Amino acid sequence: MRKALVIAIPYLWLLALFLVPFLIVLKISLSDSVLAIPPYAPKLDLSEGWGGLMRFVSELDFENFAFLASDNLYWKAYLSSLRIAVIATFLTLLVGYPIAYAMARAPEEWRPTLLMLVILPFWTSFLIRVYSWMGILSSEGYLNQLLLKLGLISEPLTILNTNIAVFIGIVYTYLPFMILPIYAALEKLDGSLLEAAEDLGCSRTSAFWLVTLPLSRSGIIAGCFLVFIPSIGEFVIPSLLGGSDTLMIGKVLWEEFFSNRDWPVASAVAVILLLILIIPIILFQRNEQRQREADS
Amino acid sequence: MRRLSWVSVTALSFGLAFLYLPMLILVIFSFNDSKLVTVWAGFSTKWYGELLRNEAFLDAAWVTLRVAVISSTIATVLGTMAAWVLIRFSRFPGRSLFSGMVYAPLVMPEVITGLSLLLLFIGIGLDRGVVTIVLAHTTFSMCYVCVVVSSRLVSFDTSLEEAAFDLGATPWETFRLVTLPIIAPAVISGWLLAFTLSLDDLVIASFTAGPSATTLPIKIFSSVRLGVSPEINALSTIMISVVAIGVITASLITKRTAVQRQMDEQVALRDETSV
Repeated sequence: MRKALVIAIPYLWLLALFLVPFLIVLKISLSDSVLAIPPYAPKLDLSEGWGGLMRFVSELDFENFAFLASDNLYWKAYLSSLRIAVIATFLTLLVGYPIAYAMARAPEEWRPTLLMLVILPFWTSFLIRVYSWMGILSSEGYLNQLLLKLGLISEPLTILNTNIAVFIGIVYTYLPFMILPIYAALEKLDGSLLEAAEDLGCSRTSAFWLVTLPLSRSGIIAGCFLVFIPSIGEFVIPSLLGGSDTLMIGKVLWEEFFSNRDWPVASAVAVILLLILIIPIILFQRNEQRQREADS
Repeated sequence: MRRLSWVSVTALSFGLAFLYLPMLILVIFSFNDSKLVTVWAGFSTKWYGELLRNEAFLDAAWVTLRVAVISSTIATVLGTMAAWVLIRFSRFPGRSLFSGMVYAPLVMPEVITGLSLLLLFIGIGLDRGVVTIVLAHTTFSMCYVCVVVSSRLVSFDTSLEEAAFDLGATPWETFRLVTLPIIAPAVISGWLLAFTLSLDDLVIASFTAGPSATTLPIKIFSSVRLGVSPEINALSTIMISVVAIGVITASLITKRTAVQRQMDEQVALRDETSV
């Protein structure tokens, strides 16, 4: 009895506030947009009983998805989100790996402090961390001032409101997600393996490529997914740092909903975004599972 | 002791500079006298005064704080229950659906979570305001709490609970007197995580907030969309300092308790050997 209650409370909460809302999105994505409140049809009326339900189901269709498929804007937005996420993930790996590597090789008594320094930004507001780059990257911003003063450029560079600013924003905000799993993998690495490789005539560089890098593979994969998955649906970074030509699907969904007030299309955009995300999420979980099995 | 190679030293210094310089610049320029945020014109704290006189910001801060405290508290209770269910009950109808629902919100894009909750609230005719933001934040935070607490429950020695049962404790007494004190650090960090997630959230709050309740991130977002502003720099500085002080204090406390425990163990060991 008590056990049933402990299960029921969180279960019902998640059913009502996670699963049901998602089913509503699915349903509205199959409805038609109309000028009414709420702005979609058909509406489910259970008072009409079975006949009402059947009529309701028969009026649902895939029109919104056909519309998404026929309109170039949405294709471009999905593809450009994927492209931006892939490039940004790769850049985050390039920046994050050396930091994780250096942390793992640092003297043991430094490591907790270094770890805290990497985690600390994660606790500060995401919005503020993105915002801090607006002052740096704008045309009269600190970066341009510095470069002009050093005489490296003769006129200010346009970085803010371009895709480059979006890449910088993603690398900056998601860097801890990349560093931590790689650091965890590198820290476990047995130093004697490297000594063995060097004893057998490996140079330091080739020992890195042949021993260290392959053994940190699971950390690299985990870090990449942890950056890639949230950056596809990212909204704040493209809307603050990106320009009018930065197409990202999170921003499109937001505008479809708040500016165009087209709920069925916004819902359809959401459903497809989720379908795109399912593959990397499953791959990520497989990687985690393999890692757990290897550990135990 | 191994010496750090120059490659490592460079990577660490560049990495930490990259992580901290943007925020440091923000803090420095919050004390700038000029309205032109990118040009230094002398030291001044006037933007802090301006901020404290700005009613809209103060209202939003109050709403945000209330939402964060309430939602993270409910989320901690629900998330701890969910973790308990997942770790302790290996078989009950609908278990895989339950674990799916616990982990899915962690990877769900915020825009979708926000959209779906808004459509639900409109569907059931619930007016948007503090209540709807609390419901939304509780739902996604409880999943984070569940992950944190369940990682502690996995390594929990159940024989302690069995001992309590054998000595006649009721299940509730066992939980309160044995289990809870042991998992308390995880529960507290779960609460802190839920609290910061709620303070931080812009996207889900934008969908679920109504005209009657605006949170601080929504206010910040609508004002920085137009560009950098000195008032927001001042506000950011306050938020960064609060977080920094909080995290450093928490880590010092955990360090001290760890040292204390080690000393206690040593004392106990010495007593044992001297007997």
